[in-house]
Amino acid sequence: MEGIDIALIDWSRAQFALTAMYHWLFVPLTLGLAVIMAIMETMYYKTGDEHWKRTAKFWMKLFGINFAVGVATGLILEFEFGTNWSNYSWFVGDIFGAPLAIEGILAFFMEATFIAVMFFGWNKVSKRFHLASTWLTGIGATISAWWILVANAWMQHPIGMRFNPDTVRNEMVDFWAVATSPVAVNKFFHSVLSGWILGAIFVVGVSCWFLLKGREQKFAMSSIKIAAVFGLVASLLVVWTGDGSGYYVAQHQPMKLAAIEGHYQGKEGAGLVAMGVLNPKKQTYNDEHEPFLFKMEIPKMLSLLAQREANAFVPGINDIIEGGYTQYDGTTALPAQEKIARGQKAIVALGNYRNAKKEGNEALAEEALSEFEANVEYFGYGYIKEVKDLVPNVTLNFYAFRIMVILGGYFILFFAVVLFLVFKKDLAKIRWFHYVAMLTIPLGYIAGQAGWIVAEVGRQPWAIQDLLPTGVAVSKLDVGSVQTTFFLFLVLFTILLIAEIRIMLREIKKGPENN
Amino acid sequence: MNDNNIFKRVALFYWDGFRNMTLGKTLWLIILIKLFIMFAILRVFFFPNYFAEMQTDAEKSDYVGTELVERIK
Repeated sequence: MEGIDIALIDWSRAQFALTAMYHWLFVPLTLGLAVIMAIMETMYYKTGDEHWKRTAKFWMKLFGINFAVGVATGLILEFEFGTNWSNYSWFVGDIFGAPLAIEGILAFFMEATFIAVMFFGWNKVSKRFHLASTWLTGIGATISAWWILVANAWMQHPIGMRFNPDTVRNEMVDFWAVATSPVAVNKFFHSVLSGWILGAIFVVGVSCWFLLKGREQKFAMSSIKIAAVFGLVASLLVVWTGDGSGYYVAQHQPMKLAAIEGHYQGKEGAGLVAMGVLNPKKQTYNDEHEPFLFKMEIPKMLSLLAQREANAFVPGINDIIEGGYTQYDGTTALPAQEKIARGQKAIVALGNYRNAKKEGNEALAEEALSEFEANVEYFGYGYIKEVKDLVPNVTLNFYAFRIMVILGGYFILFFAVVLFLVFKKDLAKIRWFHYVAMLTIPLGYIAGQAGWIVAEVGRQPWAIQDLLPTGVAVSKLDVGSVQTTFFLFLVLFTILLIAEIRIMLREIKKGPENN
Repeated sequence: MNDNNIFKRVALFYWDGFRNMTLGKTLWLIILIKLFIMFAILRVFFFPNYFAEMQTDAEKSDYVGTELVERIK
């Protein structure tokens, strides 16, 4: 990718990552709190007990703060697509446009309408209509998430489209293949469930603060009971969707799976690394260093998770580079070097096709098109200079994945212990656990961010898996201007985050009695 | 317009809701400042339309097509 400064790619990626990670601080709490407060209002609707109304209104207020500070941060990502990733934006065509347009319309009409009824409608609309509005606010946010995740899933596993060499855009040929791709469905449930877990952790943690202060015990215990049951169910379900994620990654992004596991040499009956320390001396896939200083494996588990068979072969990084193994669809994997050669043929053929069309030479255009179509499957590989560039950052993937999984396991234990202490002991008096619950709040955020690091860094070097590397997707901008906007966003996001935390803390301290 | 007019009732609902906000006023201020920064500053100065000089889709596809072919070099 001559002519493109590596620093430009890195800073553009850093800027996008910063914006996306900031955006993901607000989205999961919105998704989680929306359901929890709707359950509380449902309790109010069913029992008529004013206590539930007071409880629901308190959490709605925190939902509102989070929503207000987080709203529209996703728009900055859309600006960045247009400016920093213009080649990508053109290349993806209506595949990205359609889901994002649906998301925008839904977000505006559903969320904006029903959130107003939810906040302004107490005592003005019927209890039933208010309850419906609260649920529809949450459903609207969740459906919005669906379309965003459909777009992201397509980047991981592009399907349902055809590349048009005349417009150099991908055109959607099967909307439902894109919208209901198994990767998208699984990603949706996995991401939304992680939001539900964060919402539950947040409610338990804040409620424990009230218990620690000896305030609002009835409110706190009611909130904890609902959040802990909700959180435990979500935590158990996320194991199932996590397993699905691993399976689909193994099928469609084997290099990502190999990087997550630090799995260099493929084998049958491969074990899953439960705990391990990577060898920092290992810099490239083919050097002489061992990948681990220490590791503990669960025998055959990786084969079971990846192929649903304990003795199945799971390719490692070296196998994917060298090729020759049988892929999930029964075909034999090509060596990376051959994929690169075929990708180069596709790119050259695309250039010849476009030139021939301009010159009006239909015979030459047809010949070039035929060459292009024979190799288009490997189009993106043509831009890869060295095979080592196909290996994502193993260290970041390996540790981020383990942080996510270990915290996921901890959350199951956490909610189980909360429920035990609530129903079998007197949680209100167990002060040390109140601290544990409060300290768990940041862990909920860390788990979500770690999950997205695995999803996005694991896909590198691709912006769109196998089709378009980030180095080709990026716009030709001045590195200095990208750096400037990076730091500008950093300052802006930090100020907004401080504002949110301060307002949130102030309202928590006021407690539900002042609503 | 009588009192049963749906549009009037909806308008009054929003008017009343906004007028009686307490914390909401601070949150709206944050939203408005943020939208101003995003659209009046970031969008104008830092996110100019990359394809601004290209009037038609044909020009844009020609530009990206050339980029796709040239970046192999």
